[in-house]
Amino acid sequence: MAVTTDPPLAGAVDPAPTRRGLRRPRALGAWAAVAPLLVYCALFLGLPTWALLYEAVRRTDPATGVTSFTARNIAESWSGFYLTAMWGSLRLSLLTALICAVVGLMTAHTIAQSRGRMLRQAVLTASGVLANFGGIPLAFCFIAAAGTAGEATGLIRRIDPGFALDTFTGLVLVYPYFLIPLMVLTTMPALEGLRPQWREAAAGLGGSAWDYWRHVGGPILLPTLLGGFVLCFGSSFAAYATAQALAGGTVPLITLRIASVLSGNVLAGQENLGMAMSLDTIFICALMMAVYLPLRARSARWLDS
Amino acid sequence: MPAAGLELSALRRCYGAVRALDGLELALAPGELVALLGPSGCGKTTALRIVAGFERPDAGAVRLDGADITPLSAAKRDMGMVFQSYSLFPHLTAAQNVAFGLRLRKTAAPARAARAEELLELVGIGGHGARYPHQLSGGQQQRVALARALAIRPKVLLLDEPLSALDAQVRLQLRDEIRRVQLDLGITTLFVTHDQEEALSIADRVAVMRSGRLEQCAAPAQLYQRPATAFVAQFVGTMNRVRGTMVDTDLVEVAGHRLPVDGERPVPGTKVEVLLRPEAVGLEAVPARAAADPAVGTVRTATFLGAITRIAVVLEDGTQVKADLPSHRASEFPAAGRARLVPAARPVLVIEP
Repeated sequence: MAVTTDPPLAGAVDPAPTRRGLRRPRALGAWAAVAPLLVYCALFLGLPTWALLYEAVRRTDPATGVTSFTARNIAESWSGFYLTAMWGSLRLSLLTALICAVVGLMTAHTIAQSRGRMLRQAVLTASGVLANFGGIPLAFCFIAAAGTAGEATGLIRRIDPGFALDTFTGLVLVYPYFLIPLMVLTTMPALEGLRPQWREAAAGLGGSAWDYWRHVGGPILLPTLLGGFVLCFGSSFAAYATAQALAGGTVPLITLRIASVLSGNVLAGQENLGMAMSLDTIFICALMMAVYLPLRARSARWLDS
Repeated sequence: MPAAGLELSALRRCYGAVRALDGLELALAPGELVALLGPSGCGKTTALRIVAGFERPDAGAVRLDGADITPLSAAKRDMGMVFQSYSLFPHLTAAQNVAFGLRLRKTAAPARAARAEELLELVGIGGHGARYPHQLSGGQQQRVALARALAIRPKVLLLDEPLSALDAQVRLQLRDEIRRVQLDLGITTLFVTHDQEEALSIADRVAVMRSGRLEQCAAPAQLYQRPATAFVAQFVGTMNRVRGTMVDTDLVEVAGHRLPVDGERPVPGTKVEVLLRPEAVGLEAVPARAAADPAVGTVRTATFLGAITRIAVVLEDGTQVKADLPSHRASEFPAAGRARLVPAARPVLVIEP
């Protein structure tokens, strides 16, 4: 059977431009709607980052007063005293993120499994509040509860005689207070997205509970878990006020070093070095987000399908 | 794949005060497809979940080839299940989903891959093995779910409303596919649905449930033509309930016509309700000013159904009767016109109101 198609009519108007014409106002409307957010991001994220970058690669010679562009600040921020602080921050962040990922997951799993809606609501609300409860108030609460000579401190010192809040161990104890709720908030939607039918399907195909978690639940949750870990890491890495209030200069952390350099506590005129260290932290946080966002997108696609 | 006989014996299951199953009895012969049909909340899904091993009955037993499998967990029952909501593992490809059960059974990778390919071909989506569930349509996902359930060579296939999430055209297509695959493999199958048309068209026998009990289990034609109870008669197909009187031990008078009655029937002289299928009701057009007659009514609607048109007539006493006529006769009965009921075949059931 021969199939023929009609040739286009002479002089017929191509409908595409008309459609494009209709689309344009809609696209303009969309841009107009998103414009305030873009302006906000440009002013409060883009501009400061640009200024930071600009200052991080500038250096003024104290003898001649001549300013030049150089990578020396960045190189210096990864050496000696500052490298120790960076390493301290990385160690603290990795350890607290690991603890919080495990405890947060267990907590979220327990809540997701429970049938009590009130309990779920209470935990989620509390997590929402506590995930944002950091800084000086948190430090004060811990000093009040586990200060230098409290009952709680006495109990902890039975396990670790050298325990004090203004040490690395002290910070490891304090940070989970706001990081565990963050992990609960991050993982709860994923845990609730695990369909009971997946467990039943696995069981029907001959799988045990272990098989289910190993081959189905675990792999589906893994991106969310890694994402939560990365968020906790980033949050811990960027924390400043809590550490400053509790440890001051006794624990080497990058955020404390940046503050110290910017305020001229050690040597004056090292602001550009502080900017370089800030740039380093931005780089690490950006790296974390680069890992987190694809993981989150992948997990969301699985759980929403 | 060896076909197995399945028996549900006196199953009881309560959720608090709600009795989901109340002594359910049902037996499936090897290789038979039985559809569990009933309204929402009648206990059909509970029964299926108990057979699958996802729930335990409060009393009663499930037997597979005569062996009591009630205490066994779902993992040890050798049953394949297809869920209403596909329930494919989203992080695995279609082929990996199909091979999942074989992976748990430590089947070698090449054998797994070959079996997955074979089953995907069987269910009509060969070549889609590398796709993830989110890259497949609803119908394709349900085909993968069917292949996954069959991959482990189960003794019984359980289908929990597998078509209800699909659109009408895909539903019809997949319904035929499921039946074809079931017949090809000769696998004993329990198919839960609330859609009577689906149940009647796919099953060897249809088990109608109500309030946790079995009302009737029979071949589709028998269920339609000889329902055991008024509930089955009303639930399966369209049914008219018209008033009549028993005029003899085996004769009922309805709309001025005497019709023979089978089965259990009330004594002569009893006022009864006569259950008639629309295709067993004929109509005669009557003049608008005809004398008062209880068998005459007013045409309300005419629904075109292809070869036939369903005419709804409201009698003087308010009873609505539906009659299926050849579509070429539909024009004889315009809306608001008058028509006389002509019962043309024996009623499916006569009950005391």
